[in-house]
Amino acid sequence: MCNTCGCNITPGNRSLVMAEKPKKGVTTVSVLQNLLSQNNHQAEHNRSHFDEHKVLVINLMSSPGSGKTALLEATIKRLRESLKIAVIEGDLETENDTKRIQAQGVPAYQITTGTACHLDAHLVHNALHHLALEGLDLLFIENVGNLVCPASFDLGHHRNVVLLSVTEGDDKPAKYPVMFRAADLMLISKTDLLPFLDDFSSQKAEQNLHNLANDAPVIEFSSKDGKGMDIWITWLQAEIDQYQALLLNQQTQHPKVQQDGELLHVQPGNTKFYPVSHKAVHTS
Amino acid sequence: MHELSLCDDLLGQVVAIAAQHKAESVESITVKIGALAGVEPMLLESAFSLIKVGTVAEQAQFIMQTAPVIVRCRKCDSQSEVAANYLLCSACQSNDTTLISGDELILASVALCV
Ligand SMILES: Nc1nc2c(ncn2[C@@H]2O[C@H](COP(=O)(O)OP(=O)(O)OP(=O)(O)O)[C@@H](O)[C@H]2O)c(=O)[nH]1
Ligand SMILES: [Mg+2]
Ligand SMILES: [Zn+2]
Ligand SMILES: [Zn+2]
Ligand SMILES: [Zn+2]
Repeated sequence: MCNTCGCNITPGNRSLVMAEKPKKGVTTVSVLQNLLSQNNHQAEHNRSHFDEHKVLVINLMSSPGSGKTALLEATIKRLRESLKIAVIEGDLETENDTKRIQAQGVPAYQITTGTACHLDAHLVHNALHHLALEGLDLLFIENVGNLVCPASFDLGHHRNVVLLSVTEGDDKPAKYPVMFRAADLMLISKTDLLPFLDDFSSQKAEQNLHNLANDAPVIEFSSKDGKGMDIWITWLQAEIDQYQALLLNQQTQHPKVQQDGELLHVQPGNTKFYPVSHKAVHTS
Repeated sequence: MHELSLCDDLLGQVVAIAAQHKAESVESITVKIGALAGVEPMLLESAFSLIKVGTVAEQAQFIMQTAPVIVRCRKCDSQSEVAANYLLCSACQSNDTTLISGDELILASVALCV
């Protein structure tokens, strides 16, 4: 974010900038600085660390208990022979999740700072001092279980994966638009429980996502019976390949969050990509 | 409650601007917040009233402007003001839209007594 090139002036705030009336003894200074600019600067810095080590970083977000750690356990089991994986855990109260990941034989570092409701770029940067990026292919950041604020904070990662477990209800994308608008992939989790629920519709959940002008792929997944695992792995592998190709062109990947001002900047790295057809994702 | 940490950044920006202009005090600050910014304006305001104490912005009035949620359609090029959880084009119902207003989280201006 810069205040000199005018990139902070969007159609939404232009009128505001123009409308300043000077008063006696009072000077009004136009600022147009994003309140998250400190975080965003730190995030870009983090991203350059990740890019230097060519490691794709995925931010996992959901409500508490939607199955983020279970997804990671299953994913690591499946990929640990072929990829070097590490995890940063944002479980602020206990070490349970970190221990579960370490039990899978991959490095995990736990961010233990207070009772924050979200991770931010500074916390993640501190974590990088405790976690070697050398040789990694894939780094997961398990965010704090919370559908409200984690979406507002760029961590320097490349992709947002948002989990929606079937017991939460298919209306969550409509109730938490800030979060679901940011999803590069929506993972409907715990689908093994669908037979016990009479009112969850994956189609409705997807429709609610599409109503946010977000056509991110949707995967139905269960870490209990393995449903959707192959599609998830295919998506991950395609993201790694695409990211590596971008790096070769001196570009990087940004997660799907368009903030004010950024809209006016072209982000060549931020192309959309669909590794699996929508049809393939939804047949079940 | 991340409004408090955001407020730290906000106050830092305000104090820096006041110093830059050698202001005696800050009369008001104007922030612009959209419904899709992920911030609760009331919480931001109360957080600001807490942390401004003892700074050059102690007497500053907090002016909050909300930004409407507006999308532009890539299909038919029309603009519509929409609900935060329904970002489709009102004219043609396409969801191939770009948000052109509504996710602002901006310190728009600062009024300084110099
Ligand atoms: N039936 C079923 N249960 C699951 C599935 N995935 C996770 N669970 C259960 O859901 C509970 C929470 O799972 P976690 O993986 O710890 O969820 P989380 O999102 O990491 O939770 P927090 O980190 O606390 O936010 C545990 O009891 C899991 O066994 C699934 O696919 N099916
Ligand atoms: Mg967990
Ligand atoms: Zn650094
Ligand atoms: Zn928060
Ligand atoms: Zn249209």
